[in-house]
Amino acid sequence: SKFTQQELPACKPILTPKWVITAFTIVGIIFIPIGIASLSASNDVVEIVDRYETACIPEDSSGSKDAKIRFIQGNSSKTCNRTLTVPKHMKNPIYVYYQLDNFYQNHRRYVKSRNDQQLRSNDSASETDGCKPEAEANGQPIVPCGLIAWSLFNDTYNFQKNNAQLAVKKKGISWKSDRDHKFGKDVYPKNFQQGSLIGGASLNESYPLSDQEDLIVWMRTAALPTFRKLYGKIEVDLEANDVIQVTLENRYNTYSFNGKKKLVLSTTTWLGGKNDFLGIAYLAVGGLCLFLALSFTGIYFVKPR
Amino acid sequence: IENLHDVFPGNETKLGMSRGVPEPKLTAVDAMIDKLTGAIFVFQLVVVIVLGIAGNVWKETEAIKINSILISGFVMAHRPKQWYVRYPPEGQWYELLIIPLRFELLCSIMIPISIKVSLDLVKSLYAKFIDWDIEMYDPESGTSSHAANTAISEDLGQVEYILTDKTGTLTENRMIFRRCCISGIFYGNESGDALKDVDLQNAVFTGSPDVIRFLSIMAICNTVVPTKSKSGTISYKAQSQDEDALVNAAAHLHVTLASKSGNIIVINYNGSNIQYELLDTLEFTSDRKRMSVVVRDCQNGKVILMSKGADEAILPYSFPGQHTKIFCEAVEQYAQLGLRTLCLAWRELMEDEYREWSLMFKEANSTLWRLAEVCQRLEHNLEILGVTAIEDHLQDGVPETIEMLRKAGMYFWMLTGDKQSTAIQIALSCNFISPEPKGQLLLIDGKTEDEVFRSLERVLLTMRITTAEHKEVAFVIDGWALEIALKHHRKAFTELAILSRTALCCRVTPSQKAQVLQSSLAMLHGLRYGCWVQLVELLKSCDYRTLAIGDGGNDVRMIQQADIGVGISGREGLQAARAADYSIGSNINQYFIAEFRFLTRLILVHGRYSYNRTAFLSQYSFYKSLLICFIQILFSFISGVSGTSLFNSVSLMAYNVFYTSIPVMVSVLDKDLSEKTVMQHPQILFYCQAGRLLNPSTFAGWFGRSLYHAIVVFVISMHAYANEKSEMEEVAMVALSGCIWLQAFVVALETNSFTILQHLAIWGNLAAFYIINWILSALPASGMYTIMFRLCRQPTYWLTMLLITVAGMGPVLALKYFRYTYTPSKINILQQAERLGGPILSLGNIEPQSRSFEKEVSPLSITLPKNRNPVYEPLLSDSPNSTRRSLGTVTPFDFFQSSSRLSSNYSRDYKTN
Repeated sequence: SKFTQQELPACKPILTPKWVITAFTIVGIIFIPIGIASLSASNDVVEIVDRYETACIPEDSSGSKDAKIRFIQGNSSKTCNRTLTVPKHMKNPIYVYYQLDNFYQNHRRYVKSRNDQQLRSNDSASETDGCKPEAEANGQPIVPCGLIAWSLFNDTYNFQKNNAQLAVKKKGISWKSDRDHKFGKDVYPKNFQQGSLIGGASLNESYPLSDQEDLIVWMRTAALPTFRKLYGKIEVDLEANDVIQVTLENRYNTYSFNGKKKLVLSTTTWLGGKNDFLGIAYLAVGGLCLFLALSFTGIYFVKPR
Repeated sequence: IENLHDVFPGNETKLGMSRGVPEPKLTAVDAMIDKLTGAIFVFQLVVVIVLGIAGNVWKETEAIKINSILISGFVMAHRPKQWYVRYPPEGQWYELLIIPLRFELLCSIMIPISIKVSLDLVKSLYAKFIDWDIEMYDPESGTSSHAANTAISEDLGQVEYILTDKTGTLTENRMIFRRCCISGIFYGNESGDALKDVDLQNAVFTGSPDVIRFLSIMAICNTVVPTKSKSGTISYKAQSQDEDALVNAAAHLHVTLASKSGNIIVINYNGSNIQYELLDTLEFTSDRKRMSVVVRDCQNGKVILMSKGADEAILPYSFPGQHTKIFCEAVEQYAQLGLRTLCLAWRELMEDEYREWSLMFKEANSTLWRLAEVCQRLEHNLEILGVTAIEDHLQDGVPETIEMLRKAGMYFWMLTGDKQSTAIQIALSCNFISPEPKGQLLLIDGKTEDEVFRSLERVLLTMRITTAEHKEVAFVIDGWALEIALKHHRKAFTELAILSRTALCCRVTPSQKAQVLQSSLAMLHGLRYGCWVQLVELLKSCDYRTLAIGDGGNDVRMIQQADIGVGISGREGLQAARAADYSIGSNINQYFIAEFRFLTRLILVHGRYSYNRTAFLSQYSFYKSLLICFIQILFSFISGVSGTSLFNSVSLMAYNVFYTSIPVMVSVLDKDLSEKTVMQHPQILFYCQAGRLLNPSTFAGWFGRSLYHAIVVFVISMHAYANEKSEMEEVAMVALSGCIWLQAFVVALETNSFTILQHLAIWGNLAAFYIINWILSALPASGMYTIMFRLCRQPTYWLTMLLITVAGMGPVLALKYFRYTYTPSKINILQQAERLGGPILSLGNIEPQSRSFEKEVSPLSITLPKNRNPVYEPLLSDSPNSTRRSLGTVTPFDFFQSSSRLSSNYSRDYKTN
């Protein structure tokens, strides 16, 4: 047969100048509009970023790193007021994120420190494999166990516009698939944050894990040491120059590792949040392709081969 | 008599013992892959150690060390910087090893285990392609080619030396009686066929006693077994084709060997039966070079000795006073024509003499002690009757094949048991050597060591001088000189072997016989084969890849010794014996082809394709493993150097097993040039011989490509999926799909010819990747539940894929195009010619260029004509002549350097001896 004789009909393209130059030109022509579209999509996103970890330390504790840590681990009031001004009209839904920096959620020791079976169903509540050193407290298994859950972010934000409460919807901020399949409806927090070291937030023991959406969001670990996690949604439009008062509880310790904390309010587009990278990369690559096509053409005319 | 080696020898025979135990063979490509694997292993160790140390430093400073001294009184006391990782403050010493071991695990995929499996698979396919090839099928004998060893097809493409047997390999081994000289009268000189010579027919008709005696010896002095079929025709079963030819010729001239029953031999001459009683058979051995029978004529009771043998084994034993000069001339004349000669002689024995001898012979025969000496006692005072000349026809296409392979840069050695003049004649007729003035033939001989050495030196000197000229120089060496050269003058001989593109080795002359016999090696192996094996070893020790081709049992050891053995299995009847010969313990390195001319196709088509494909496949395997590994390493820099795997284990496993191994498998169908083009430009084989497609420098290219691609995938996916999108599972899938897209395009870019199977494998694999991952994403239990569905709904994902593909492939394509157009290799030129239809332009400039280097070589640069070291050349200069061209234009300073480099090369070649 043709196969055994290695004689299957074959198309044998070669790199002719025409072919290569055309390819680069077409790629360039396609890439540049995509780049512009992506960039404009990114520009359409209205984003308010407020870095508050330094500002929310009282004057007397803001001297040294030691003092900051002492403050964050101490018992004094951590309430902090911030004022945000809306630069442009923001169409709902407006997403509220907290952004952490220099926080290695992808550290091997951290990312593995969880037990998915325990999270999924009550039957395996005592399964704490892989959760050390947050597997048991006072001889009892911890639900949810592991370092990820233990270090749950516990700053809270409260928004007010013109002295009226601005509702932040906390329902539906996590993935539906996680609520339905990964975090059980019959699994209730137990023995959580009862050890000698308190990591982060505590959980309300009367709600099942599938309703603890902050935890579910937090447990989708980030791949980068800088990440944003969804805190809630504001489902009303915000107008330009609106002033928003934020009352926040600055509880989470990022001072140990010099991490920044940011509060982010952002709208989205078809491309997601504000991210210029794709647009710039497309423009750069497209431009480079056009440049290559041009220079290949030039070289071809000067010296065909 | 040559043909005795068609007899199947048992394992306990000299021949069987000399076959030896074949050692398993590693192809040059495999050796190179092993070397590269070693390099990668070292690289992996370095990475593991460096990252292991970095990881421990990070852990120590960030996660263990308490960053401040806290004043007591606070509930929550000491916390390190990255407190959430919760390293125990004090660990055991062995905990320092944990991070390096994690990196070792991460990097273990750097060396692709799958490469062995894929290579084995494709190699067996190469072998199948050889078996299937109808163009290597001989319809006459119904034999197709066969690859007995599936593992070494690449080596076929890298052959540099071909050692070929003559009889049955270059020739058909179908002997035809052509001429004879009886009592000084030449028959068959005019017509070229003695059987049709009217004079001879008349002589037979008139019953000339010399002629009848001559023919009787032809009919009787042999080991042929006649069988009579029912219809009355007689057929002969001969161990040797020569005997067969002689008996048939005699029958044609009305002296028919009618039957052999017991000791009675019946000869039918012109209708009347003459009976002879066979008394003794003095068998042929390669030392004696003759055989004799003692028969009693039943009519008159006379005892007659009949002998036939090589001229040097018969003519010196003629009775004193006989003029053998005419026979010497006949032998010489026939040898000049390339015919195989045998001398026939006889003697009437006295009854007493025979009886006395007979007793000795029986004793010697039963004890096998001094048998040759006893035979010698009878075989003297012979009356020489005449000389037969047998033609051994060259096989179809032998001259063309040799010419083409020589163009492809092969060095040919012909090994034969024929006389020197016969050997030269055959060599001329099959394009082995060119006649004067184009070619020059040098002779190495001598009786003593000194003479041989002097002769060798002389030839070497001539050779050095003439390589500067454009001349084909070949040398002839006889067995004895070869033995001495190999034993005592290896260095000089190696140099000679490297310089000379052609060499003939022929058999020893009688005067040297006595000395030869003293050589224990010669006794053990049978002289010529022992030497040949040594010769093969010599060539191999200089890193040359040798191919030995032969047809019979005698060559088996040589065939085993060479890197590649090829057996000719075409001639019917002998085929079974030969196959049996080879099948004994020698499944190592053999190919079987039906005829010599198929060697071209075996080497140029199958060998070349196999080499190209394996070169791509193996380097690609490294590329894809390194790609995923580099991404893991890059990821470790942003995950606290803790050894986190970005990809989940299922993806990693599937990446190696499915996603990346299937598309590359179809590269076994890739053809860079069509078969026809390769056949027209056999010089292109140089790229394979010199290992241009797989060596550390091409590998460095692939290494760089994988590093570049890893950076592209990593940077783009990390930035496109930053901030709120930065979810581990999603980012991992983005990076993985980026790798899959890139590798699909890499395979596509490196594929020269797309068949439907290639398209299926490359693009089908891409589709299969998504299907597999959608299935995985549909399983709630799997770690990546819903991930792929989520990603595929995002425009960002598709934009990221497009960006990764273009950013990854753009520079690769640009670079490839640039090299292709402005510094094309000869392969590229031929590709362009083949596909754009401009063949004449390139056809012209390949040959003179590749020849030109031979001119530029100075006599100083002894190893240079073969200096094919492909490594350490800039990637761009992969034209075969770049090294030579640069040598031609050396500045005085450079010259110093390059000559010192040469001498180091030179010494390397000999050190190994």
